[in-house]
Amino acid sequence: MTDTTAVAPRESPLAQLLRHSRHVLAENPVTGFAFALFLLILLAALFGPQLAPYDPLASNTAQTLKPPNAQHWFGTDQLGRDVFSRVIVATRLDFFIAVASVALVFVMGGLAGVAAGFFGGWTDRIIGRIADTIMAFPLFVLAMGIVAALGNTVQNIVLATAIVNFPLYARIARAEANVRREAGFVEAARLSGNADWRILVGQILPNVFPILVVQMSLTMGYAILNAAGLSFIGLGVRPPTPEWGIMVAEGAAFMVAGQWWNAFFPGAALMLAVFCFNLLGDGLRDIVDPRRRT
Amino acid sequence: MAIPSLVGVVIVTFLLTRMLPGDPAAYFAGPAATPQAIQEVRVKLGLDKPLAQQFGRYLLDLAHGNLGTSLTTGQPVVTELRTRLPASAELTLLGLLLSILIAVPLGILAATRPNSLLDHTCRLVSTAGVSLPVFFTGLILIYVFYYLLGWAPAPLGRLDVFYLAPPQVTGFYLIDSLIAGDSQAFTAALKQLVLPALTLGVFSLAPIARMTRASMLAVLSSDFIRTARASGLSNWTVVITYAFRNAMLPVITTLGMVFSFLLGANVLVEKVFAWPGIGSYAVEALLASDFAPVQGFVLTMAVMYVALNLLIDILYGLIDPRVRLEA
Repeated sequence: MTDTTAVAPRESPLAQLLRHSRHVLAENPVTGFAFALFLLILLAALFGPQLAPYDPLASNTAQTLKPPNAQHWFGTDQLGRDVFSRVIVATRLDFFIAVASVALVFVMGGLAGVAAGFFGGWTDRIIGRIADTIMAFPLFVLAMGIVAALGNTVQNIVLATAIVNFPLYARIARAEANVRREAGFVEAARLSGNADWRILVGQILPNVFPILVVQMSLTMGYAILNAAGLSFIGLGVRPPTPEWGIMVAEGAAFMVAGQWWNAFFPGAALMLAVFCFNLLGDGLRDIVDPRRRT
Repeated sequence: MAIPSLVGVVIVTFLLTRMLPGDPAAYFAGPAATPQAIQEVRVKLGLDKPLAQQFGRYLLDLAHGNLGTSLTTGQPVVTELRTRLPASAELTLLGLLLSILIAVPLGILAATRPNSLLDHTCRLVSTAGVSLPVFFTGLILIYVFYYLLGWAPAPLGRLDVFYLAPPQVTGFYLIDSLIAGDSQAFTAALKQLVLPALTLGVFSLAPIARMTRASMLAVLSSDFIRTARASGLSNWTVVITYAFRNAMLPVITTLGMVFSFLLGANVLVEKVFAWPGIGSYAVEALLASDFAPVQGFVLTMAVMYVALNLLIDILYGLIDPRVRLEA
């Protein structure tokens, strides 16, 4: 009668997850901060053009290179464009590049890795060899080469960033699938007459999924850095399109002359976004896979 | 390990040229070429042959050290890469040296005092270090140390215009000026180097510091450390001689990954500081759609990276005799 634990209804998995998430958030308030930052970035990405006080492309010759002031919070650039508006509007493009490339590599690397781990043999060897070859290059350099070869467009930046991250995803997915290949539930599914691909999609993939999602948020920061780096050296995005990397590149010349705000604010936005994704990735890992916590 | 990687690298760089959008012959012949001229270029480049034969030709060219000719400068790519490589190498190595000198002691100190102020500083510095875009760090450093404080010279290349480059021996200005006994050139070259090297250092600091801390923490909690402490050895002997030597292995493994980042970041830093290395050469060629230098650059970087990884493997064997015995 006094034994309450015996009568208490068992928690549903969702409630368990929520409780665990709350626990992790309480342990590490930084994750909460990162999540708030993420919402802010999402807001700017979705409603950037509506939130920006000025047209990001409208130049104003009377207001060139003004330091930050009440009208222009982040100052104005060499053409009199409002830096604050440009930084906000740029969020969508940078966010899009990162999300698209990470989603692409999630599908490519996840499927290839799971197939390699599940089937083994030649599939494993070929996919492993491809991953090793990509890893033999310094990643940013390979991304430059790919964009140069495929053509200087935003789509190819997305593709190059995805290819460069491929080995990471493929390896993780392979290891996770390999462990589960002989697992009881897979054997059971096989004995009940399921085809290989059905086991792969129905049994293995759902199990590998959460680990790959964590990897996704951990690589988001790198994807943004990579894309911004490529556009900083003049690949992909073209002026006057507002994008953080290219804005820093345009403002670089003025930095030397003391007009810091041109390059500083887009650079700081970039840094904050990467910082946010790194923290979020760490936090998410703690929630999904508490054992790997460092 | 290194041989299959090299084969893969060569195949990929070959395929990169064949992926050029449209007809590579038309591309190399230039926009104003007649169909006849394009056909000539096609034959000259061997593009009318089957892919396998083209690959054979590419290998033959590589064996002769021929990476093609730059369209914009008209110079053979190999010559330009060779003259510019020391500038990049000097910068990258100094950057790495700086970050090891800061990161390793920081990691050790953080591990010996877990959850202290220093430990938190170490964590903050390493998280901030990964989040900072290199080109942004470089610009901030220029603004603070060149524009505001006036301590650093203008970020325009390896040597101020007032100085003559020392006679070339190694191609590293710091070493060459010492050999020539030119202390003024040494100081001037060092001044130019400090900021870009620091930029690279801050960037590669994070993974090294993190790994040093984690691996030191693991080693410090092991039995033989407890025994060493119980035997009354001094703290210094325990931490440096016993723990550090064992903790170094994972750190050296991390160096492989650090190099991958460093070589890429090098391109961006060279652009920020107008550094006349192979990275800025490739960027200029890229923007001019001049593909031969880019291909040569990608190949050079990849070969260097594979060689560095090989070096790390060898170093690993030197530090840990167990690895040698197993192999």
